[in-house]
Amino acid sequence: MTKHTTAKELATVRPDVEEPMRRKVFKRVFRHMGVAVLGTVVAQAAIFSRPARAAKILRPPGALPEKEFDSTCIRCGLCVKDCPYDILKLASWADPAPLGTPFFVARQDPCRMCTDIPCVKACPTGALDPLLTDIRKADMGVAVLVDHENCLNYKGLTCSVCVRVCPIRGEAISLKPIQNERGLLQIPTVNPDKCTGCGTCEKHCVLSEAAIRVLPRELGLGVSGANAAGRGVW
Amino acid sequence: MAGLFRRMVSGLKSRRWLLIRRTLQILIVLAFVVDIPEVGRIAHGNLSSSLWFWNVPLTDPFVLLQSLLAGAPLAKTALIGAAIVAGFYAFFGGRIYCSWVCPINMLTEAAHWLRQKLKIKGNLTLSRELRSVLLVMALVLSVVTGTLAWEMINPITLFQRELMWTSAAGVTFLAALFLFDFLVSRRGWCGHLCPVGAFYKWLGRYGRLRITALKIDACSGCSDCIKVCPEPHVLAPLVAQKAMTVTDSDCTRCGACLDKCNSGALAMKLDMHRGVSFRGIPIVKS
Repeated sequence: MTKHTTAKELATVRPDVEEPMRRKVFKRVFRHMGVAVLGTVVAQAAIFSRPARAAKILRPPGALPEKEFDSTCIRCGLCVKDCPYDILKLASWADPAPLGTPFFVARQDPCRMCTDIPCVKACPTGALDPLLTDIRKADMGVAVLVDHENCLNYKGLTCSVCVRVCPIRGEAISLKPIQNERGLLQIPTVNPDKCTGCGTCEKHCVLSEAAIRVLPRELGLGVSGANAAGRGVW
Repeated sequence: MAGLFRRMVSGLKSRRWLLIRRTLQILIVLAFVVDIPEVGRIAHGNLSSSLWFWNVPLTDPFVLLQSLLAGAPLAKTALIGAAIVAGFYAFFGGRIYCSWVCPINMLTEAAHWLRQKLKIKGNLTLSRELRSVLLVMALVLSVVTGTLAWEMINPITLFQRELMWTSAAGVTFLAALFLFDFLVSRRGWCGHLCPVGAFYKWLGRYGRLRITALKIDACSGCSDCIKVCPEPHVLAPLVAQKAMTVTDSDCTRCGACLDKCNSGALAMKLDMHRGVSFRGIPIVKS
């Protein structure tokens, strides 16, 4: 019976016999594939374990839905440069958004809703949708009156600054009377179909922390329909 | 006095490629940040995608490839920009990007220079093919995660963003990169790890701008060129007189060998011939 000799044994017994080329190549290829697969798994875990985009991070007008935006935006900053009001910034590692993607924070500096939408025109990849030609159709988020406790209008005053500063005044946000135990209140009410999420209302809210805030639409709005939870739908 | 002048001239001459290269690198960095009076800024955006002279779009084909793999739709401007860039590097040679355009090259070469000056010997040996592995990983990860995987750490655009907005968050990474090249691994980043370099290497496999041994007889075989080369293996066939041109696409066309070589044996040439050497044996043309 012949005894199989491994390449290593062969190398010690007969140092003049080299390992076959094909075997060397296979070894190399598989070693690299191993590194690539292992690295990919680890890096994928690292990417997925990142904190999600924070609610205060708003995308420029015309931005595709967040997932598609993340894949389509190439982080070049041409929109940032073309914004005449310098509201946009590219995310650094300190910002709660994918590195290098453009965003603005409404409370700091809201979108001024330029009618010619220069940021969209600057985008080379269509991450800011070039089909958006009417800034009133933009959807950067939706304003939500999140705090009914501190909003001055809920206290019976007529601050209404959010209504007065709205660039689509009377349509996107208007005062609706509500009768309650405090009397007749004029409540700022957002029409989500008209609100572009520019953030002007949030910026100008007189409270030290805004009572009205622009949220990404999926956070700011419910969706009608039945929730199966607890209703025994199998 | 004349002696000093002569020494200066010869000093400049022996650094001519380095000086031209550094000038271009710095000009490219400045083009994105400096407003020229009356003219304005000549480049907008950053090295992943930019608009030059208000009209010419340029897009990094590697970034666009990640984006497309992550599931992005095709867009005209980005494709035109990437075609221009890819066409240029495919014709002339991919890794020209590494030594003539990429700002990180200045950082890593500074680290290398300091390493030489301080005679730091310690070296973590890495495989030069690690960058290809990282390239494959970056592309696979873009498909898997739907984000631009390499752009989460890419120090090239990170450098530009830090410069433009003077935010300090990414400086730590750039400093780590510098220290890695300085203290840990000789030419570790650009020569072994960076997948952008690996991408451009593949893109410019058949690049026509090549280091050519014009007068192979003049070569004294001192192999000084190999000592200064950031990718020394590319010059080996030349010094061993087995080839007339550097055909290995790892060559960054940095010109360090041309600066170093006193014999005039080497030159940078547009080489339009196919198959100048066959299996290492130069084909002599009459």
